[in-house]
Amino acid sequence: MATATVVEEQRGIEKTALITGSEAIAVACKLADVDVITAYPIRPYDTVMQYVAKLVSNGEMDCEYIVAEGEHSQFEIVKHACACGARVFCGSSGVGWMYAMEALTVTPALRVPLVCMVGNRALDDPGAFGVEHNDALAVRDLGWQLVWVDSAQEALDTALIAYRVSEDRRIFLPCAISCDGAFLTHSQALVKIPSQEKVNEFLPRYNRADLLLHPDNPITVAPQGNEDWVMEIRRQNYAAMERVSDVLREAYADFEHIFGRSYGNPFFEEYQTQDADVVLMGMGTLSTPVKVAIRQMRKEGKKVGFVRMRWFRPFAAEQLAKSLQRFKAVGVIDRDYSFGSPYMSGVLTNDVRTALYSAPGPKPPVLGFIAGLGGREVTVPDVEKVTECVYEAAQGKKQPLTRWIGLRE
Amino acid sequence: MGRLFAIEVIYRGIFQKTLGTRLTRGVVLAAHHDGKVGISFGRYGDSPERNGIPAKSFAIVASDQQTLEEGMAKYEPKEVDVTIAVDDTLCKGVESWAWYGLQPVNKLLKPGGTLIVTSLEKPEALLEMAHRKDAPYQLAIIRGKPSFSGLWVYKDDHTDVRILGALAKILPDLFSLKSVQKTIVEEWKNPVKAESAARSYERLTTTTVKPNQGNPEVPYKFDLPKWHEMGEGIAIPCIPKGGAVQDPTSLASGGFRPDRNPTFKKYTTRTMRPVVNFDTCIKCTLCWLHCPDSCFDVTPEGLYDANMLACCGCGVCEAVCPVKDCVTMVNEAEFANNDSQWEDWRKSKDTYKVWLEGKIKTREVRSHGFRYRGQYDEQVPEMLEIAKQG
Repeated sequence: MATATVVEEQRGIEKTALITGSEAIAVACKLADVDVITAYPIRPYDTVMQYVAKLVSNGEMDCEYIVAEGEHSQFEIVKHACACGARVFCGSSGVGWMYAMEALTVTPALRVPLVCMVGNRALDDPGAFGVEHNDALAVRDLGWQLVWVDSAQEALDTALIAYRVSEDRRIFLPCAISCDGAFLTHSQALVKIPSQEKVNEFLPRYNRADLLLHPDNPITVAPQGNEDWVMEIRRQNYAAMERVSDVLREAYADFEHIFGRSYGNPFFEEYQTQDADVVLMGMGTLSTPVKVAIRQMRKEGKKVGFVRMRWFRPFAAEQLAKSLQRFKAVGVIDRDYSFGSPYMSGVLTNDVRTALYSAPGPKPPVLGFIAGLGGREVTVPDVEKVTECVYEAAQGKKQPLTRWIGLRE
Repeated sequence: MGRLFAIEVIYRGIFQKTLGTRLTRGVVLAAHHDGKVGISFGRYGDSPERNGIPAKSFAIVASDQQTLEEGMAKYEPKEVDVTIAVDDTLCKGVESWAWYGLQPVNKLLKPGGTLIVTSLEKPEALLEMAHRKDAPYQLAIIRGKPSFSGLWVYKDDHTDVRILGALAKILPDLFSLKSVQKTIVEEWKNPVKAESAARSYERLTTTTVKPNQGNPEVPYKFDLPKWHEMGEGIAIPCIPKGGAVQDPTSLASGGFRPDRNPTFKKYTTRTMRPVVNFDTCIKCTLCWLHCPDSCFDVTPEGLYDANMLACCGCGVCEAVCPVKDCVTMVNEAEFANNDSQWEDWRKSKDTYKVWLEGKIKTREVRSHGFRYRGQYDEQVPEMLEIAKQG
């Protein structure tokens, strides 16, 4: 049974299909001519696995498709395949992703440009499979590029950009594309699918160059090291991550030039911030209720804006600080938790506060809000409540630095 | 602000999953031909689907992308323009395994909206099952047996296109019949199905349901506890064990009736239920043993009574019973309550016998899924014939 429907062709160049965020990524893998894909089922990522399997079995995609016996093996196999010069794709969710943690740790250390999809899912226990961001966030210190998308179109486009940036020899760092479970992985929307010709123009073939594992390139990889070596090795990863921002900007500019779709600033999206008094922040599909709420609040005369982080790693601290300093207060909605962290705030809130603390200039209050855990909807009334608190802070009134929203209490 | 449409399909999990998805995708694709944008998704908490447990899928359509955002990133819409129930027994309500309490079939329906039901029943019969709504709504019946497919093999009996054709008549602002037909030909490459859609469009009739017309029962619901009212460590106390059964006539006590989950009553999970002939039962215990949900209460005299609190109508009991016509699966629409059959039999064996024989004689044969080779070859032409007659 076909899962994608071609409904129109625009000048034989682009097709529109009704597909989920997961299927959009599977389509990107096909367009990118991925060589090796490993799979292991876990909801909600497993939709990618199914769509890829259909493409392979229908003869639409030529790749090695391996169902591993667990996520640890799943991620190990692609890491090795990539080291041997294969373009690879992988993915997981929640505790499946955690099960792969040893492999996930080593992947950036070895400068392996794996592109994967994390179908964001609450970490068991309890066995919920609604969206929470802690799974992908767990690797934030290790050298992974992390990006959150909020639409199926963005998922497809970002996957192509991720291959381009990750496989750039200056970078060679893995990238995890986060798609909110349910709202993005399981919701079918109308997506423009670019033509193969344009993708070929945008995406060069993967070239592992000097790091290729091959008899003609006699190297050995990841021997044991000691205190004489580790710091310098880590410093190299630090340098690679430093280079990502410029390469990302190049890639997005090229993307716009070739595909005609512009994302503006790659690192974060700004919505109605030009004249805003206060601004909200968040990642992923909570952008939808936030934007709906902002439109309603603006009708009531409240000047609220929204900054949606796309790239969480590398974190565009200077650029973000410059943007946020224009506002009287900031409210960050974290779809994650960080128990025991400073002020018990969520992960994004803590990074935003850090960015502002070390930037020259004004330091507006940053309030943290924990919402939408385990897939609970972030509703328009939730967003209005958050905004109320942020306005209080903007007027200099004391507000708790962390507040839970939408909780039964 | 543009126009936002929401359509829900309520279906029996697994057996009608493909039907549900085809309907909501069909809505978005047809609307797209009329220049609209939309999304299609299943209710996330209903998955993984269980056999026959009610599930929902949705299509949200809008005139523009910004208006569409009003309906995105939600588990289910707050209200819908049309509710489609592809099994008429779903009129008894929707108790998903993830949500607590009973949701009336027309709960999300906007006042004045339309409930479409696939059924061979008359409107009066459906309204005996559907809970009262405090606003008027329309009822449309697509004549036919509810369409159940196997897990992997879709039974293509035109139910999907007949409903899409009807939708074009009910909500002309959503999409035209022409767009429906265009979608059918593009998506399913079957011009005959486009014909079925047109016929359904032409034949559609609706009846108005007045406020407070319907089942007067107040659907049960449960309040969820606050975070500090819950036990810690995600530890849940077990259901109490249960106890003896009391005979309604002799008041003798014996047998065993397990306690059941107080928050998931499964009344609405059935498209059919077993009726038992206690006179011919030989007490072989096979029904009790093989029931996947441990539905059978053991009576004081050692008979087995299917408890409707637990039964989801799978039919295993009928399949394993060695005595002819001792356990028979009957269309759930035939029953107005969930009373114990054994208690009714104990109160009056003669009355029960008449009732039992009546149920077995008039029952509409229902099956789950795909059970034998050639099944679809029998059922599809039958459905197409019903569709043709209208």
